[in-house]
Amino acid sequence: MRSTAHKHLRQARLILDRHYDTPITIDDLSREVALSPYYLIRAFRRAYRMTPHQYLIAQRIDRAKELLRNSDRSITEICAEVGFESLGSFSSLFRKVAGLSPSAYRANSRPSPTPAYIPLCICVLYGLEE
Amino acid sequence: MINRLSVTTIWVKDQNEALRFYTEKLGFEIRADVTNGDFRWLTVGLKTQPDIEFQLAALKPSHALTQKQVDHLTALVEAGLLGIGPWKTDDCYQTCATLQARGVEFLQPATDRPYGIIEAVFKDNSGNTMVLAQDKPRRQA
Repeated sequence: MRSTAHKHLRQARLILDRHYDTPITIDDLSREVALSPYYLIRAFRRAYRMTPHQYLIAQRIDRAKELLRNSDRSITEICAEVGFESLGSFSSLFRKVAGLSPSAYRANSRPSPTPAYIPLCICVLYGLEE
Repeated sequence: MINRLSVTTIWVKDQNEALRFYTEKLGFEIRADVTNGDFRWLTVGLKTQPDIEFQLAALKPSHALTQKQVDHLTALVEAGLLGIGPWKTDDCYQTCATLQARGVEFLQPATDRPYGIIEAVFKDNSGNTMVLAQDKPRRQA
């Protein structure tokens, strides 16, 4: 992939990392990185093996997992905080992605005192970007 | 120098199904759950043993695994060859009964072995075959 295109994709990913809790659309994102929505979706999927929308949902669910494990905020509050508008769609999507309902996930978790990280050997083997 | 093992791997066919099995049936707790792209670093652990985690590693093609390697590993998991353990318990008969009531499949029921251990053999929902064992106090000579 050309390095300028890759730079745009990294920028798109960074925007999703920073603004996952806002109602960001593919049109917003494509304007920000100056790529057409069609090209952005295809190139993003090629680079990161998921579409920008799937990536956004994954970021929101990841943040929700963190809050379920390490905060005492209610599930309704967490749902809103990570950018979902409906508790029903948050709960069903969470279960689909994480494997457990939000309440079961919280009940079965040990709070982690340190930030979770993926070991370096795994990052190298699986070609994960920081 | 190296002073302890912190994480080891259990290969699973589906991370969500494995997570449900290990938490809801075996009573493990989630320790780490982070995604990076389509990779999910998911570990669980025993509530009674906080310093070791088990990575529930997905058997799916990725940067690290070709489809052929996934097929090979899956065949080994299904044959029960990659299970880890033994898992220890203070009461093998009771733990067996509890796990069976939750739907865990046992290949061997709890049995008092002549070599001083009570053992049972069960499978996880990917096919990993694992031993559940209870040590008995050694008889005084």
